[in-house]
This record gives sequence, C-alpha cells and structure tokens, in this order.
Amino acid sequence: MIVAGAFLWLIGDVVLRGVGGVDWSFVVDAPRNAGRAGGIAPIIVSTFLVILVCVVVAVPLSLFAALFLAEFSRASVPVSRVVRLSLNCLAAVPSIVFGIFGNALFCVALGMGYSILSGGLTLACMVLPILIRTMENAIRAVPEDYRLGAAALGLSKPQIIIRVILPLSVPGLLVGLLLGVGRALAETAALVFTSGYVDRMPTSLLDSGRTLSIHILDLSMNVAGGDKNAYASVLVLGLLILVINSGIAGLLFYSKRRSGLIA
Amino acid sequence: MSCRPRSKDRLAPKLLLLSSRSAAAVSASVLLLAIAVVTLEALPAILDIGLWRMLSDESWHPSSDRFGLAPMLMGTLLVTLLAVAIAAPLAVVSAVFRQFYAPAALGGLYRRLIELLAGIPSVVFGLWGLTVLVPLISRIEPPGASLLAASLVLALMILPTIELISATALADVPHHHYLAARALGLSREQAVWKVVMPSALSGICAGTILGVARAAGETMAVMMVAGNVVQFPESVFEPVRTLSANIALEVAYAVDLHRASLFASGLIMIVMTLLAFCCAEAIAHSRKSYRVGRT
Repeated sequence: MIVAGAFLWLIGDVVLRGVGGVDWSFVVDAPRNAGRAGGIAPIIVSTFLVILVCVVVAVPLSLFAALFLAEFSRASVPVSRVVRLSLNCLAAVPSIVFGIFGNALFCVALGMGYSILSGGLTLACMVLPILIRTMENAIRAVPEDYRLGAAALGLSKPQIIIRVILPLSVPGLLVGLLLGVGRALAETAALVFTSGYVDRMPTSLLDSGRTLSIHILDLSMNVAGGDKNAYASVLVLGLLILVINSGIAGLLFYSKRRSGLIA
Repeated sequence: MSCRPRSKDRLAPKLLLLSSRSAAAVSASVLLLAIAVVTLEALPAILDIGLWRMLSDESWHPSSDRFGLAPMLMGTLLVTLLAVAIAAPLAVVSAVFRQFYAPAALGGLYRRLIELLAGIPSVVFGLWGLTVLVPLISRIEPPGASLLAASLVLALMILPTIELISATALADVPHHHYLAARALGLSREQAVWKVVMPSALSGICAGTILGVARAAGETMAVMMVAGNVVQFPESVFEPVRTLSANIALEVAYAVDLHRASLFASGLIMIVMTLLAFCCAEAIAHSRKSYRVGRT
C-alpha cells in the first residue's frame, strides 16, 4: 500500500502540475525564451522524425531476424542460441553507453554530426532486442497446424510465410512495434549526444533535433524557471505513452478474442 | 513438393532464407559493434593511463592529468545498493500481497498500476525528484540533491521491474504446494513464507539483480537529483556523482585522453551490467533444472 501510495502521489503530482500548462497553442507554438514560454511544436516534430528513422531501420531488420529465429532455425541450434544470447546482452547494456557508442560511430566516425539521423540509428540499435523478441513470439504463436496444413496444400515455404504466417501474426507484430516506439519515446540518455539539443524546427534529417524527453531534461536542469513547461511537456509525453499502451492492450485483447473464435 | 520447380520457385526460398539469415547476423553483431567501438575509443586511455591509475588516482581532474574514477565507482555502488535495499523488500512484499492477499479485482488494478509505472520515462522520475523530493530533503538537511535523493528516485524506478518479476516467480510455484501447506494446517503466513517463498527465491533474486543492473546503468534521473559533486560521500545527505552521470555531464566537451577515459568508464559499465546479466541468467537456469529434477 505504501508502494501504491507513493506512485499515486507521483502521478497525481505530475498531472496536477502539468495540466495548467497544456493547451492547443502549447502544442503548435515554437518555444520562446529557451523554452520558458511558448510551445513545443518543433520538439514534437523532431521526436516523430527520430522515431520514424528508428522504426524504418529497425523494423525490417527485426522482422527478418525474427523470421530466422522462429522459422528457419531450431531453438537448440548453436547459431540461434548465439543470436539470442547476444540480443539479451544488448538489452542489458545501459542507455548512456548506447549514447556514447552512437556519438562515436554515427556522429563522429560516419560524419553525420549531431543529427536526427544519428539519433534514430542509435535508437534503432537500442530497440532491436525488444522488437525481435516480441516479433519472434508473435510468429511462434501461429499454431503449427496452419504450417502443416499450408504445406500439405502444396504451398512453398515463402508462400506459407507470406500468405499464412505473417497475416496471422500482424497483431503480435504491431504490439512489438508499439513496445519499441514506447521505449524510444522514453529514451533520453542515448539521444543527448546523438540527436542533440537544438530546439528549432528541423528542416532535414541531418539537422539536430530535440526530442520531448531531452526538452524536459533541459528545461529542468539548465533553464531556471522552466519547470512549468517541463511538467506540461511531461503531460504531452505521458499522453503519447498512454495512447501507445492502450494500443498494445487493445491489440492483445483483439488477438485473444480472435484466436478464441478460431479455436 | 512439385516434381520440377520453376526457377522462380527455387529463387524465392533462397532469397528469403538469405535475407533472414543476414538480418539475424546483423542484429547479433550490433552488440559486438557497440563493444568494439567503445573499446576502440577507450584504448588510448587504457594504454596511456592504465586501469590501475584510473582506480588509484586521488582525484578526477582530467585537465590536470588526474583520472581517478574511484569516487564515481563508489557513487554508483552506493546509490545502487541503497536503491535496491529500499526497493527489493517493498517489491517482494507487494508481490506477495498481490498474489496471495489481494482480492482479484484489486490485484488486477494494482498490476495495471505497476505496469504503467514501469513505462514512465526516466526523465519524468528525475523531474519529479528534482522538484518534489529534493526540496523535501533539503528541509531536513541541505543541500537536498544527494545520495539519498538519487537512491529514492532509483528505488521508485526499479521497484516495478523487481515487483513484476517476483510476482511471476511466485505465480510459477505450483499452486498445489500452497494448497497442500494450507491443508496441513499451516496459516496463510506460514504457507507463503515457509513453503512458497523458498521455491520462488531464485526467481526473486534474478529479478533483483536485473533491478541492480538497471539502477547501475540509469543516467538521467540520477544526474538530475544526485548533486554530481565528485567525492566520497560521508553521509546520505551529501551529493555524489555516478559513473553514468559523469559520462553524461562531460562527454559533450571532452577531448583526447579525457574523452577516452570517459569511454573507458563506459566500458566498465558494459562489463558490470553483462556480469550482472550473466548472474541473473545463471540463477534463473539453476532454478529451472532444480525444479525439473525434483518433480
């Protein structure tokens, strides 16, 4: 009960402090006076761009990797055990380490500088383990009968995968995607040194862009008197995460009901 | 299988197999790449300064050739230990409450709450700590931004992780063990703590170690509330700086050996978390074989 109390205190506090600061103009205006006044429009745009880069890079890669783990190799084969072990270790690496890794590789060695592109790529490395794990589970959840039935009807392996398995696992794949996006939205430490601090409206992927979490960090640490807008940004971020969470819950509910109908 | 597959039919499976294999290879090598890049960047520091000097130098003044990481290591260690000491008992008790005491509806609601908390971004914890906890603590003993504040915020952050894993471990213990214990006349407390708890203990330990790893790696929330003074703290009310906060604070302007030594501390963090991760895995596995062997 103490636990629940502490958490309710935290959530209530954040919502109460933030709710006064959020209105439509806050969402569509540019920040003024280092974020003390004005809105967060460019920050929202940068956030979406960073996540877009991350998703575009990470999703195809993890989909194929998940297909490999679930369809083309057995769990006991050394290769797939190595892949799995390495992904689990990757999931355990602290985010600040991803930050300096991305800074050294993408920003400096590959010459992208502080940019939305480097931030998105760093995030992509970071969300790979979650994406692959959930997508693999989604593909495995398709009953074995379907594979055998499709094979008995004379479909080749690619046909089985494209026509039967992938359509059936779409809700699970989407859950994986949303989990990845949720993680990416919450991330700060990996982005500070890769996508940068600039709070102008980004004009290309090579521009530096500040994401919501970094905006909150900057307002509370470096800008005196930025607390009010920091809390308002928290509320916007919280709403986004809430939307994603309910998306996940909805999809899980939907797929449960559907599999109930089939069985 | 048709007798004579057309060439297109033979190409497609190969293409799919090839692309999925290479995707798996690429994603597996990201870990190696990350370790390689960080090591490469850290190499000048390891070669020129040496690991021993990083631990034994009396202070951290990279501009005047002092690279002592010991205060930061100590900071990380203390903050993490204190956070786990606060969070683990609370998490275990709340998991037990949810599994064995709470009515189903309340338990479900409680689970939702905990899952929601697991998803809160770390900067939000940091912001809340900075604007609520720090002023509260500074009223007791200034300056407020301190070891205690960092541990409290971290404890809140890792609590959901430990709670969720512990609850799963408790739920994994076959329910008839509990029922049998109750049928033998044990009270609910005795059944839970003497019968169910011992079998769930290794799972709970694994969860706690994951919590430790998360706490040691956490950067932003800690940086916001810990005060970030490089020193060995003499009480819980003094500010500390952790390894991760040190990296976050200085990477932006560090050059040459300074930058390299920050990457070296990053390498230390990777090694620490991987070790913790391996411990958690080993414990979880030993539990499984033990249970299979017994039943």
